[in-house]
Amino acid sequence: MYKLTNVKKEYQKGRATVAALAGVDLVIEDGEWLAIQGPTGHGKTTLLQILGGLDRPTSGIVDFDGQDLADLRESQVTKVRAASIGFIFQTFNLIPTLSGQENVEAALVPLGVGPAERRARAAKALESVGLGDRLRHLPSELSGGQQQRVAIARALVKEPKVLLADEPTGNLDEDTRDEIISLLEALWREHGLTLILVTHDSSVARRAQRVGIMRNGRLSIKQDTRRPAG
Amino acid sequence: MFFTYLRRELRRRMRQAIFIALGLALGIGLVITVTALSTGVKNAQGTVLHALYGAGTDITVTKAPSSNSGGPFGFRVGGGADNGQRPAAGTTFSRDTLLSRSLGALNSSSVSSVAKQRGVAAAGGALVLTDLSVSGTIPSAASGGGGFGGGGGASNFKTNSFTVNGADLAVGEVGPLSSGKIASGRTFTSSDATSNVAVVDSSYAGQNKLVTGSTITVAGAKFTVIGTVSQPQGGNPAQVYIPLTRAQTLASMKNQVNTIYVAAASAAGIGSVSKSISGVVPGATVTTSSDLASEVTGSLASASSLANNLGKWLAVAVLVAAFLLASLLTMAAVSRRVREFGTLKALGWRSKRIVGQVMGEAIAIGIVGGAVGVALGFAGAALVSRLAPPLSASVGQTTGSATPGGARTFGGGGGFGGPPGGGTGGGAFSRLAANATHTVAVHLTAPVTIGAVVLAVVLAVAGGFIAGSFGGWRAARLRPAAALARVE
Repeated sequence: MYKLTNVKKEYQKGRATVAALAGVDLVIEDGEWLAIQGPTGHGKTTLLQILGGLDRPTSGIVDFDGQDLADLRESQVTKVRAASIGFIFQTFNLIPTLSGQENVEAALVPLGVGPAERRARAAKALESVGLGDRLRHLPSELSGGQQQRVAIARALVKEPKVLLADEPTGNLDEDTRDEIISLLEALWREHGLTLILVTHDSSVARRAQRVGIMRNGRLSIKQDTRRPAG
Repeated sequence: MFFTYLRRELRRRMRQAIFIALGLALGIGLVITVTALSTGVKNAQGTVLHALYGAGTDITVTKAPSSNSGGPFGFRVGGGADNGQRPAAGTTFSRDTLLSRSLGALNSSSVSSVAKQRGVAAAGGALVLTDLSVSGTIPSAASGGGGFGGGGGASNFKTNSFTVNGADLAVGEVGPLSSGKIASGRTFTSSDATSNVAVVDSSYAGQNKLVTGSTITVAGAKFTVIGTVSQPQGGNPAQVYIPLTRAQTLASMKNQVNTIYVAAASAAGIGSVSKSISGVVPGATVTTSSDLASEVTGSLASASSLANNLGKWLAVAVLVAAFLLASLLTMAAVSRRVREFGTLKALGWRSKRIVGQVMGEAIAIGIVGGAVGVALGFAGAALVSRLAPPLSASVGQTTGSATPGGARTFGGGGGFGGPPGGGTGGGAFSRLAANATHTVAVHLTAPVTIGAVVLAVVLAVAGGFIAGSFGGWRAARLRPAAALARVE
């Protein structure tokens, strides 16, 4: 799915140059669940944003299914995101003026899906996350856990190849956190998608197949429970 | 999704949306009111000019009178010898004369020359005259110096005057009669050209108890009233209209006119037509309606100045302020939605779509502002029409620049009254001179035209477009990662 080669990301902070990523090499297989842990400010979210095409590296190659995301034009990256990459954010990032169903539909709009099909697929996605009876509720009328479920439905409705989750349980209580992680795991198994999850919570990271640790912009693999081929 | 999102977002920030819409509405309403006021002022000026010169007239051609016209008494006596010698004391006399004192004579052939000019739709000649009747007894020499005047001179004489317009019946579409409506009887036909028939102004007819079939005397000749005419309110029309041919005979001005009324084929051609007329009628004063408009004085002129200067700039200033405010508030609203737009970009929404959403919201506010602005504009215009006091406008006939001493506007006592005791009583001559300056009263209305409403709609959409462009530009520049990193 992904092959990162010496990916670096630097920011200018006043006169100083800050290296958010100091040269990351990483291969992510199709259908893999990779968790990325590490202290705050060491590059976890930056790496996730580069994997999702939300940001461009300063140097290096970000090969996604044979395309170098770093080399594509903005409009091309947007197309890739629209079709192949789903996002889940710590703060849910639902559009406050749209209902749960409309929020999920928003992910299908860039794909040119017609209104009727959008409504049907959105309803089905919400049902699959246990929110079939909350279609018309606005985000303000949903609990944190329910909002994150809507966000998960939104990320999955377009049947992406990869799901990128940035601290999906960061704003949730313990019980809800477990619910959401269990849901994500079930969906990962069911859909066979590639799941890359950033978390600072070890109990969450442990459930993944591989765990990488980001420290000072460098990634090292701590745990690898993938079954070897054959 | 587009309209749902748009509707919900405007509802979310309804107060701000209403504020922006009201600002735009105020600017647009002011523009409509000022435009309506300008139209009303132009219409009022047109009413003044049409009342004076006729609905179809764009240009008038006149000539300053020569300084030696008339006999020693200052007027020509038609139908009798005027050898300038004083009649014997005790002689009773009666004179009924048609005078063209305030305007010089033009050859009738000038009318044809003017009519042939390129861009002229119609040209008609006329004689603008005054019928002056003076009767009384010549006093003895002891009562004053040579001449008729002197102390108590005025009480020996009876004077009466009324204005007469000798109208060219073949070119009825130009000239003062073209503005009038027949109130009773009929108007002239071509067969009346050599007849002693007259059409009388309805106000004058009422004052003098004249009806269709009555007889009036013009320059000593009896005329039958065939109809009465109502002229536009506020005008200063002639009191009696007779065929031009008869007027020429009675005023001893055969083959002469003193005014040529010209209708141009198009408004755009008035300038070039007036130039070519000056070429074929040398020495004449060629006056266009815009020349006359610039000579209009009085409160109508002040209203015109107010509408065109202060009003226009005030409306522009308010509109610019409204556009600016709308743009700033739209940009502020976009700033507050940075994370939202970053999320949409993460979902795969293209910048164009997000910009389109922002612009759609701004244009929707603009359209609401425009609708309210149109309503405000109509209300403002109605208020002006209801509350504006009647305005007055004065137009004087100005002589050409070749007049000795410089161009003058005819006005009361404009050089034509003789010294006391040295001429006839000043009363008749001041009336003649005063006739040359016309003061009319017009009621100002402020009509809202389709053009003004269309302008309002265009301004509303433009206002929304400008505001949306600023906001959209801001939204388009957002990088998704930076947008998502913002804490709200």
